[in-house]
Amino acid sequence: MREARRALGRSRSTLVGGLIVLAMVLIALFASLLSPYDPQDIQVPQRLLGPGRAHPFGTDNLGRDIFSRVIHGARVSLLVGSLIVVCATGAGATIGLIAGYDNRMDRVLMRIMDGLMAFPTTLLAIALMAALGARLSNVIIALSIVFTPRVARIVRSVTLVVRELDYVQAAQALGAADARILARHVLPNCLAPIIVQATFIFADSVLAEAALSFLGVGLPPYIPSWGTIITAGRTFMLTAPWITVFPGVAILLSVLGLNLLGDGLRDLADPRLRDRLG
Amino acid sequence: MTGYVVRRLIALLPVLLIVATAGFFLIYLTPGDPAAVMLGPDATIDDLNNLRTIMGLDRPLLVQLVRSYSRTLRGDLGYSIFLQRPVLNAIVERVEPTFLLTTLALAVAVAIGLPAGVAAAVRRNTWVDQAAMGVALFGVSVPGFWLGLNLILIFSVSLELFPVAGYVPLEQSVVGAIQSLILPAVTLGFGASALIARMTRSSMLEELGQDYVRTARAKGNQERRVIVGHALRNALIPTITVIGLALGGLLAGAVVTETVFALPGVGRLVISSVLRRDYPVVQGVLMFVAAVYVMVNLLIDVVYVFLDPRVKYA
Repeated sequence: MREARRALGRSRSTLVGGLIVLAMVLIALFASLLSPYDPQDIQVPQRLLGPGRAHPFGTDNLGRDIFSRVIHGARVSLLVGSLIVVCATGAGATIGLIAGYDNRMDRVLMRIMDGLMAFPTTLLAIALMAALGARLSNVIIALSIVFTPRVARIVRSVTLVVRELDYVQAAQALGAADARILARHVLPNCLAPIIVQATFIFADSVLAEAALSFLGVGLPPYIPSWGTIITAGRTFMLTAPWITVFPGVAILLSVLGLNLLGDGLRDLADPRLRDRLG
Repeated sequence: MTGYVVRRLIALLPVLLIVATAGFFLIYLTPGDPAAVMLGPDATIDDLNNLRTIMGLDRPLLVQLVRSYSRTLRGDLGYSIFLQRPVLNAIVERVEPTFLLTTLALAVAVAIGLPAGVAAAVRRNTWVDQAAMGVALFGVSVPGFWLGLNLILIFSVSLELFPVAGYVPLEQSVVGAIQSLILPAVTLGFGASALIARMTRSSMLEELGQDYVRTARAKGNQERRVIVGHALRNALIPTITVIGLALGGLLAGAVVTETVFALPGVGRLVISSVLRRDYPVVQGVLMFVAAVYVMVNLLIDVVYVFLDPRVKYA
């Protein structure tokens, strides 16, 4: 009975996570419809207004509407996050499949992945951004490189198990090409762990992008992401805390939603783990 | 035991080689001539040629790579023309606040995470469990820099309990140093405490279901002793792995935390170097921190042998 209640509680938190993520995606998609003002519209007489009827989240030092900026920030932050997920899982899955399937490539590829994992993530991202320059596309490239080894490791470990299974050996005996075996027979087995990991990478990407932008090595200040809004509002924290509070809450909520969803999906994907974790 | 440590050290070499190679090639990711990027648009041809010679950029790539390996092996991380000193010196000068910050943050993380994880496992499926795991979820989801800014606003500005920002060096005042690091350490340690709490909870749950725990109870031991003396001792082993991994997060998070709290540490050094395109410093810090991180994790693997005699490294 207790177990059943617990399982229900788990799926409820997964549902809450999913709903938060869905809401964020909808806000990002319909940002222009939802925001009452142009996020870049400067109205100096309206500057540093507290939250009120005309401006629910207040205005910044240039009189820009924070509510509209946070809504448009969702678009930037989620776009950056989802592109990083696509790049990192794509590259990571390819590397993991090859490394797990081909013993010679395994040594080379996984040593490189180990080398990348030797760097603390944000620091590696900062160094890459230093070399590449602070631009939107470079944030995506840098963070994709940082998160690729995580996916590669997981996919490799699944591939190592799956390649020994009878049906894969049967496909080999039938003369199927390696690429076909990997794509048709091995990859589907890796999908569940990849999706779980992708959810966590999404969450970490949103956090990392905000941190990089805050440090001044991420997105340039004129692009309204949650990170850049907080950075710009930092100077006015004492007099106008609403500029930093609302985008911060937006980051917190969406990352929380993604983590809840990820935890739930992980339990679904691995019932053994669920039993063990209780 | 010695054999194991030696083998692990040897296994470390390829990783360190890749770290050094990645660090070296970092500068070649820059679009265009690194020397021109570093000196900006006003540089003269002479300045550029000078810098190229100092940095060895005028040599063939392979020569540069080999030289960089041999330099790094000798502990020479290059020279910063902006700071007018060797990179290693610049790092060592700023290592004190960073070292103290990460150590304090780790202490905070363990002090919060371990009891929270144990309590959640022992009071499994009760409000204690839900509250602890709820806070842990908050901990992994909150942006560190934003948490830090809010803590400053609450504890330094409104309540005036701590200095708003800045650092008092140890040799000036030990109390001052610790005071200036409490808020940063809480900010940094909170996220890591969440990871530790989650891991402690799940490994405690596993241990509490074991036969030896039942035996310990059957012998009439006090519950407290069963939990701390028997279950926790074994549950600590996976937790220590997570502590090692969390250290990577702390080292990277220190960059952000130092910026929020204006601490003159290695993290601030990296950010200011990035902004003035002082590549040798960025490369140097990257390699330095990676080496520290890898070494600490090796140390943790060695500590394992003492903690868990079952672990045999053949």
